[in-house]
Amino acid sequence: MNAPARTATRAAGTRTPLVDGIEKVTGRARFTADLAGDAAVARILRSPVAHGVIRRIDTTAAEALPGVLAVVTGADCAHPFGVLPIAMNEYPMARDRVRYRGEPVAAVAAVDAATAARALKAIELQIDPLPAYFTATEARAPDAVLLHDDKPGNVEREVHHVFGDPDAGLAEADLVRTATFTCAEINHAQMEPHAAVAEWVPGREELIFHSVTQVPFYTHKHLARCLEMDPAKIRLVKPFVGGGFGSRTETLNFEIIAGLLARRTGGRVALVLSREETLISHRGRPETEVTLALGMRADGRLTACKAEVVMRGGAYAGYGIVTILYAGALLHGLYDLPNIRYDGYRVYANLPPCGAMRGHGTVDVRHAFETLVDRMAHELDLDPFTVRRANLLEAPLFTPNGLMVNSYGLPDCLDRVEAASGWKERRGKLGPGRGLGMACSHYVSGAAKPVHWTGEPHAVVALRLDFDGAVTALTGAPEIGQGSSTMVAISVADTLGIDVGRVRVVCGDSATVPKDNGAYSSRITFMVGNAAIGAARNLRTELAQAAAAKLEADPADIDCAGEVFSVRGSAQSQLTWAEVVAAALAVDGPITVKGSFTTPEKAQGGGHRGGAVGSTMGFSYAAQVVEATVDVDLGRITVDRVWVALDCGFAINPLAVEGQIEGSVWMGMGQALMEETRYAEGLPLHASLLEYRVPTIADSPPIEVHIVESVDPLGPFGAKEAGEGALSGFPPALAAAVADAIGLDMDALPLSPDRVLEALVAKRRAAQRAKRREDA
Amino acid sequence: MTRILRLTLNGRARADAVADNLLLIDYLRDAARLTSVKQGCDGGECGACLVLVDGSPRPACITLAAQCEGAKVETLEGLSGPGGALSPLQRAFHERLGAQCGFCTPGMVVSATALLRKTKRPDEGAIRAALEGNLCRCTGYVKIIDAVQTAAAEMAADQTAEAAG
Ligand code: FES
Ligand code: FES
Repeated sequence: MNAPARTATRAAGTRTPLVDGIEKVTGRARFTADLAGDAAVARILRSPVAHGVIRRIDTTAAEALPGVLAVVTGADCAHPFGVLPIAMNEYPMARDRVRYRGEPVAAVAAVDAATAARALKAIELQIDPLPAYFTATEARAPDAVLLHDDKPGNVEREVHHVFGDPDAGLAEADLVRTATFTCAEINHAQMEPHAAVAEWVPGREELIFHSVTQVPFYTHKHLARCLEMDPAKIRLVKPFVGGGFGSRTETLNFEIIAGLLARRTGGRVALVLSREETLISHRGRPETEVTLALGMRADGRLTACKAEVVMRGGAYAGYGIVTILYAGALLHGLYDLPNIRYDGYRVYANLPPCGAMRGHGTVDVRHAFETLVDRMAHELDLDPFTVRRANLLEAPLFTPNGLMVNSYGLPDCLDRVEAASGWKERRGKLGPGRGLGMACSHYVSGAAKPVHWTGEPHAVVALRLDFDGAVTALTGAPEIGQGSSTMVAISVADTLGIDVGRVRVVCGDSATVPKDNGAYSSRITFMVGNAAIGAARNLRTELAQAAAAKLEADPADIDCAGEVFSVRGSAQSQLTWAEVVAAALAVDGPITVKGSFTTPEKAQGGGHRGGAVGSTMGFSYAAQVVEATVDVDLGRITVDRVWVALDCGFAINPLAVEGQIEGSVWMGMGQALMEETRYAEGLPLHASLLEYRVPTIADSPPIEVHIVESVDPLGPFGAKEAGEGALSGFPPALAAAVADAIGLDMDALPLSPDRVLEALVAKRRAAQRAKRREDA
Repeated sequence: MTRILRLTLNGRARADAVADNLLLIDYLRDAARLTSVKQGCDGGECGACLVLVDGSPRPACITLAAQCEGAKVETLEGLSGPGGALSPLQRAFHERLGAQCGFCTPGMVVSATALLRKTKRPDEGAIRAALEGNLCRCTGYVKIIDAVQTAAAEMAADQTAEAAG
């Protein structure tokens, strides 16, 4: 498909404010917690123990308290849930065994918050502790107690993938280097805490459920499963959602608990989690250790890669299998590197479960890879840009592990940031303590195989046209601030030749919209965008027929631009939108059409075990340059400026694309500079936004964005994803900038002041030792 | 203990019976139904709940309602112009994508409003200083700074036009 030429009359490619933006700036946007009204107040009792056997839960006293409406425990739900059908091992409230501090064991609904708090205190809970493991190494020890009986060694999943001949590749190299990188666990820290408002409709025995979810359809499914309900009796509504980043990409325990409580009370229940509870719900990026060996020829050509990755996944499966597979799969697809060995281990530990976070599975591995490439370039006296250019792919192609690459804008990205940052002129001339670093990255535009495989299309959009002349687009794609509804409006408007303002997007209510798998893996623009275009084409066909009948022309010759229909090649006869709509409705009444998108078979990955993960219709590509200043006395790094270029295929909404790139680069900066979870014997020490520090506006640099458009042949208007690809380039670009500034190589993330100082001391000691050896 | 709280809320006088220990955020959200005032943290850490009390930004989550006796309190709902027209800041946050998910937006616009009432053309440093207590997890702040600058420029231009007219 060809990208549209950018013209004033085309919607696609025009900077467009969000179609739901007015509500956000006026305070009219209602988020889940805003819908609580006079609902009963729900609270969760959480395990004070990291690992143990539940001996007794007695709720009699709590239930007897005046004002307590319902109490539920693990006994009220015997169905495990989990995002992967093959790994559902979590209960909404623990039964028999608790596996992390903070795991829900019971919950109450009461007339007010004070009564709910009293009720929690009145629940008697007795847990016999078991040995608990807080590192992957402890959990993998031969004599460790198993968290889950079916997982020997506490390893949730091992992956061993070999493509090409990595040993031969390393043997061919002029330089082989190995290093181990340790990346701290981090959390999404989306600004809106978790919340659910659930309403039971007695008499009809229905559940109306509002939640902060990124995956309304999954939550619908899991509510039906855990509450043993007919899904037809559940209505799932997604109000405005205050960010996701993966924190709500799977159904969460509190959602099912809210459903259970609503049914028990027979009314409305609001379960609004505190920031502390939201952080404990976690599902963030796991602590990851990456041991990497790379081979490079003297000209910078990479010959082979061997990676061993160990992830501390927390207490339950969640997305774990997908995360450990992504980490290996996306070693491919960025550079031309035929020889890759990958060994991955996802390990259980007695900590809150990890999950999917922006750049799912790829960020820490990309950090290790790019950082080691930078060091080797330095050793070989090669410019880091030269090394990247020596390893470029040539699209179209399939990678050794079967990933489809049809468009590849990385070369342009490199040129753009190299020029914009003044790399050639400025590098090495910035003065003491200041440096420039660069790195590349990529990410999928939607997983080609959905987690819940049903055989249905990957996305469906329905359009309605009625007497008012508005086009209503019905989509299940959850708008969570990323601009998906605006993307749908633009795609429809552009295809029909009408104003974006004529399209009304309805999303996020299972009573009206077609099912959608959700906001994850950057799938919406590619999949839902294509479905929206398909639906709009079908509507255009009907309108063209009506217009053709009136104009006595061939429908194939009818054009619509700027809401005016005309016959191609004739300047005379024209019809307005209203005239054509009236004519079309006269045929058979209000019009409903739909469009769908299914990923082509060949995009669905290699045939090896786990080969579907990482498969996609197209990758975004990014290159970035970071300028930083290091204060060697305080260990403090300041990011002065970032230049980033991202190939998103085609920017359907350049304003939103910029916003996504800025936000993702910045989130990479948070991980690189300061973010980490910390636990003491399983107790979260980071359970507030003071302790879990994210960058403030004062910490945040100007970010100069360059959009590269490679026009993907399968993308909607040529578009690919834009919201994740640039994230994983930031940490290694910063590490490279620090190395450039003060000659210090860091093997751990974040590059926090304590770690910088520690590394400086270690380096000084090593230098002294070397000198003593020389002297002796 | 409860008391009668009298204040001016978004330009209108109100009197409500409130408990002495009622937090301003709960008063605004539950009693006055002004749900733009967001709870983003467990107290004083994120700026999502900022409101103007006699013109100064205050976190409603760590302010007692009773402390606002006789005060002028403004929330985002009260910052639109006559007839609900978007204020220059609201319009700039919308048009320049200063709001992605919109959860931090009420606090951001409140902080920025206080800034622009004091400082007509703040430089980037002044904007960063004024918004340091407002966390945003979506935007990287780039377009927030742009939005504040855009609004400031527009307001300054309007004033010049008015003076000239
Ligand atoms: S809710 Fe008041 S500062 Fe976070
Ligand atoms: S726009 Fe989402 S937190 Fe700021």
